[in-house]
Amino acid sequence: MKTPVPIPKDVERMATRAAFGKALAHFAEQYPRVVCYDADLSKSTQTHLFAQKYPERFFQMGIQEANMVGAAAGISFTGKIPFACSFAAFLTGRYDQIRMSVGYSQANVKLVGTHCGVGIGEDGHSQMGLEDIALMRAVPGMSVLQPSTPTECRQMVEWAILHRGPVYLRLTRQGLADLPLPPFKAPGHFPLVKEGRGKAFLAVGALLEPALEAAVVLEEQGHSRPAVFNASSAKPLDDGVMEKLCDRFQELYVFEDHSVLGGTGSALAEWASEKANPPVRVVRYGVQDVFGESGTPKALYEKHGFTSRAIVSFLRDFPTLS
Amino acid sequence: MKDQGPKPKTQKVEVERDRFLTWAERTPVIRERILKSIHRAGSGHPGSSLSLVEILYALLGEGGVMTHSPESIQGNDRDRLVLSKGHGVPALYAVLVDGGYGIDEDELMSLRKLGSRLQGHPDRARLPILEASTGSLGQGASIALGMAQGYRLDDNPHRIYAIVGDGEIQEGQIWEAALSAPHHKLGHLTLILDFNKGQIDGPVEEVLSLSPLREKWHSFGWHVHEVDGHSYEELVQALEDTHPEKPSFIIAHTIKGKGVDFMEGQIDWHGKAPNDEQLERALKEIRQNHTIGLAP
Ligand SMILES: Cc1ncc(C[n+]2csc(CCOP(=O)(O)OP(=O)(O)O)c2C)c(N)n1
Ligand SMILES: [Mg+2]
Repeated sequence: MKTPVPIPKDVERMATRAAFGKALAHFAEQYPRVVCYDADLSKSTQTHLFAQKYPERFFQMGIQEANMVGAAAGISFTGKIPFACSFAAFLTGRYDQIRMSVGYSQANVKLVGTHCGVGIGEDGHSQMGLEDIALMRAVPGMSVLQPSTPTECRQMVEWAILHRGPVYLRLTRQGLADLPLPPFKAPGHFPLVKEGRGKAFLAVGALLEPALEAAVVLEEQGHSRPAVFNASSAKPLDDGVMEKLCDRFQELYVFEDHSVLGGTGSALAEWASEKANPPVRVVRYGVQDVFGESGTPKALYEKHGFTSRAIVSFLRDFPTLS
Repeated sequence: MKDQGPKPKTQKVEVERDRFLTWAERTPVIRERILKSIHRAGSGHPGSSLSLVEILYALLGEGGVMTHSPESIQGNDRDRLVLSKGHGVPALYAVLVDGGYGIDEDELMSLRKLGSRLQGHPDRARLPILEASTGSLGQGASIALGMAQGYRLDDNPHRIYAIVGDGEIQEGQIWEAALSAPHHKLGHLTLILDFNKGQIDGPVEEVLSLSPLREKWHSFGWHVHEVDGHSYEELVQALEDTHPEKPSFIIAHTIKGKGVDFMEGQIDWHGKAPNDEQLERALKEIRQNHTIGLAP
């Protein structure tokens, strides 16, 4: 599958939360064990679509994320496949419940956190999931997924239903371009989006688009020829994939709307610093060690350098190895 | 602060009436500011802010019950207010404009803009007068509880107030605070419930019922009042009638979107900004509804 660059202006866009809501309501028919929990955000997480179709399999918990996580663990022990949904910040904020009732208990719970990143805009820090990958990655056995397109989101929802074990799905408030990408098969497979050499961009979620555009511009300018991969899972990593990546490229740049502390970039850096031979440099490009704030999504993306222009100039200024 | 018998009436009643009349003149301006700032921001929570206006004014408006001034923001020589339902903060910004706290109407128009002190949810680091950074529901009662403990250690005579939403008190942490504040005999703590009957996914009673609400808090050991949250007289009476040991819980019956007819009681207006035409209509209605707060 070839991803067209530059990305056509009329490409379809949809928030991954919207794609998720549709997919869950869709797959619920085929998979009758799927149930859904929400905590007074069903219009935002889009689980209202499921609730309308399957009211008896939908549990409205009120504003009670901790209770919801515990209940989801409990119902999973009776053979159901619960999706427990809220904003990423509030859901992963119930960390003890997640590490104990879900993680340690090996509960087959699918946690869905929407409104990730500074890309949510005006609501500001309190509503932004900025450390959720870091937290979820630290739970043994948790698969951590973050679709980069609405189509990939749909594929991940089905994968999560079929996978036995806890999954964290990280979703956007804002629309993402439905770029044609190789289909999602399993975590750790970073599908190639654009060929290149020397440098590889591993971009995820809302940053796939600007990273891809930046790679094209850098190539046109003769600066470098970065390859681009869709890094839509942070855990588990796949040793084979990572080995190949580190063999082929000298520098990996990881782009994500998440804190640079503990995110996808950290995951790759941890792997590479221990196992890449010869060594590979991993550069984390995300929200620096700061709080989120209010602003339009556009203003915030400019401030954090989440635009193709900012990425190009960062690369041009960055002391290069290759 | 102790239980009082019947008070000497006539003179006090006159003074109160004047005070409430003044407030009733001011609060339409507060409502206008709320709507204009949210309109300009293009997002925010008008329903949740408008239900708070009389409560905030009875606390922090000119002549409100709180001991508070711009000079007292440093140190501990003041009453404190924690807005636990942080998404209602446009109402607090609007009230603070009149208190000389260095926020003017121009700054209100920076609500939710990049770099503004007026964040979409309270940010204590940018604007210390907010006392606590909130926006993740359920946390403010505990913060207020800790402030009350700190004040008691210092024999500080001031009070701590916190405002919570009715959907918000579904959070478990609220009930932890509900259990522990009476245990610690924090009579100088007052929790006010903005009981507007709505949350995001529907009416509170349908999403997750709180009833019997009064009985619950009473049985947890709180000094409970139930008042019309848009009546100054009832609010002030309840705020002033405290108990030496029991923390106070004031159930303030309010209406989401109060003051704007097409927003009142409409869940849809929980969290969206009015457009130009809606703003104009809303401002007109606010001017017509200018007797809010006064006894009929
Ligand atoms: C922990 C947490 N969960 C969910 C939300 C999202 N949220 C924001 S406002 C709101 C509804 C609040 O209802 P209520 O407390 O009744 O306040 P009202 O707006 O009615 O005053 C929700 C669920 C949040 N801010 N924090
Ligand atoms: Mg409410």
